[in-house]
Amino acid sequence: MSAISKPSDTLAFEPVLTRYIGKKDSHTLDFYLSHGGYDAAKRVVRDYKPDEVIDAVKKSGLRGRGGAGFPCGLKWSFVPKKTDKPKYLVCNADESEPGTFKDRVINEEDPHQLLEGILITCWAVGIETAYIYIRGEMWRGAQRLKAAIDEAYAKGYLGKKIFGKKFNLDVTVHRGAGAYICGEETGMLSSLEGGRGYPKLKPPFPAVEGLFRCPTVVNNVETLANLPHIFNRGIEWYRSIGTEESPGPKLFCVSGHVNKPGVYERPLGIPLRELIYDVCGGIPGDRGIRAVIPGGSSAPFLGPDELDTPMSYEGLKDAGSMLGSAGVIVLDDTTDLLSALLNVGKFYHHESCGQCTPCREGCGWVEKILQRMHDGRGRSEDIDLVDEICNQMVGKTICVLSDALAMPAQSVLKKFRPELEKLIAQGRPDVLCELAREPSPAL
Amino acid sequence: MSRELSPEAQKEFDWLVTRYPQREAAMLPTLRLIEREFGCIDPEGMKLCAQLIGCSPAKVFGVVTFYTHYKRETDGENVVYVCGTLPCALRGSDALADYLCDRVGIGLGETTEDRKITIKKVECLALCDQAPVCQVEDVDWLRVSKEKADEMLESLGIPKRETAGAAAGGEEKRS
Ligand SMILES: Cc1cc2nc3c(=O)[nH]c(=O)nc-3n(C[C@H](O)[C@H](O)[C@H](O)COP(=O)(O)O)c2cc1C
Ligand code: SF4
Ligand code: FES
Repeated sequence: MSAISKPSDTLAFEPVLTRYIGKKDSHTLDFYLSHGGYDAAKRVVRDYKPDEVIDAVKKSGLRGRGGAGFPCGLKWSFVPKKTDKPKYLVCNADESEPGTFKDRVINEEDPHQLLEGILITCWAVGIETAYIYIRGEMWRGAQRLKAAIDEAYAKGYLGKKIFGKKFNLDVTVHRGAGAYICGEETGMLSSLEGGRGYPKLKPPFPAVEGLFRCPTVVNNVETLANLPHIFNRGIEWYRSIGTEESPGPKLFCVSGHVNKPGVYERPLGIPLRELIYDVCGGIPGDRGIRAVIPGGSSAPFLGPDELDTPMSYEGLKDAGSMLGSAGVIVLDDTTDLLSALLNVGKFYHHESCGQCTPCREGCGWVEKILQRMHDGRGRSEDIDLVDEICNQMVGKTICVLSDALAMPAQSVLKKFRPELEKLIAQGRPDVLCELAREPSPAL
Repeated sequence: MSRELSPEAQKEFDWLVTRYPQREAAMLPTLRLIEREFGCIDPEGMKLCAQLIGCSPAKVFGVVTFYTHYKRETDGENVVYVCGTLPCALRGSDALADYLCDRVGIGLGETTEDRKITIKKVECLALCDQAPVCQVEDVDWLRVSKEKADEMLESLGIPKRETAGAAAGGEEKRS
């Protein structure tokens, strides 16, 4: 049973994770401390036993914000308690899913919030070494995080005997180098170990055998940033935001054809329509909506009749899509869906690491066939052909990058079939087949 | 003569390896260090990396070629990355890439003859609300119109077109 937040709740909502964004010097330790920073971590390390922390996080209902929505406390509890191996935390700051730009805001504008979350996690799980794996392209985020870490060491919040307890922690920023697949947790571990970013078969799951074959927690930036607030304001408060199955605030990234694209913090469960029209000011030129991708480019497309879908893990699952990274990409009714899907296909083909045949070949074939449909050389059997290839791509590979193309592709084939058939029958290029003819920042 | 790190860079490397329980894990940051020291990662740089890490040059080659963001010897002095994934494409990044290539006189993925500029497509730079987006070295160019593109090229030594209208404000440039 999900108690879906009413618009009134979402309107009265005060930002939690982003409340200091835009304030002068929000990224500095001085600023953070003068606003109660590190209080939660201090209290947790002094007053909580590790198990009590895990328990509280379980009770809070916090789910992973990186894409899969896996319960955070439960994931931590899979890490073996008795082991002579070191344990690691890897914070996933790779953020490369097209349409996703939320972690960047935390890394750049409130890095101490993330570090405080890391402290709480490491205390709970018994970790002494953490890495923040950040995309190579995000030079500013890396700088800000490094500076924040230096400040925290200087203050004794990192290093040895933190808060006077038997608690040591080292945190290191590790820059990636331009490969989407390093956002997948096991690909990230391979990359961090110094190799190509090849995903690894699960099981064993990282919690049991991860970085350097030791127990490893992998959590997204936004997931970790939630932790200080849970301990500052309590589980009950936390669960009062969002829905029963998806508690808490969420950063929604809205891009594409909306009047005010941006990162917006709202309770989980906000209806998609409210996000697009009330929060983002609707569609430029008051045009209609052709489709919305609700959770980054891996998520199945929603049609214009699905705008009342609640933006929660369960709400989008029920709608046959997923919340994913909450990267909401809005396509207005002038958008050529074939061009949009082709763009997505190209991306996944380019980013497939090539280890698994269904993914390596499948992404390539899907792209090729979409390209020929797009160029006016489509055949009447092409829609079924792409669908059949997609069937062969799902659930058959080491990681789910393969599914990440198959699922949105199949959603378009299914929901917009008549439109695609018409395009194929018409042949190209006599119909409009571009996404935009001009660079148009303002629309 | 084989290459060496400068004393400061060597110091940084010595610190780097203390951050990981296994030396090989310092591979990616060491490559960054070499990229910074020598301007790019060429075969000599890969050899140096192999020596520092204590692995074979073939291993380093395999790693370097997996990633797209290291500067290679075939790249120009400045690499202009044009974001091409969906949110940017919806706001005209294909047309922007064409425009840039046209003005510089090269194709996408190519380098000018004087080796000053390379133009490449890049995947989502996580700035989609500012689409279309470009990145040139350590500067993100946001909401890039044709006028802004001219301004960006001007910063790379390519004079503005006579016909270009008044340049758009530059505050959105991040440095
Ligand atoms: C192809 C692929 C790409 C991914 N990219 C990211 C990413 O950029 N950032 C992220 O946090 N998670 C990403 N994930 C999800 C991670 O594998 C992992 O589930 C997540 O980091 C776990 O953290 P969480 O439980 O806190 O969400 C990706 C997954 C896949 C399959
Ligand atoms: S599914 Fe694709 S990206 Fe994932 S491991 Fe296999 S080939 Fe690589
Ligand atoms: S698609 Fe260009 S920044 Fe995200």
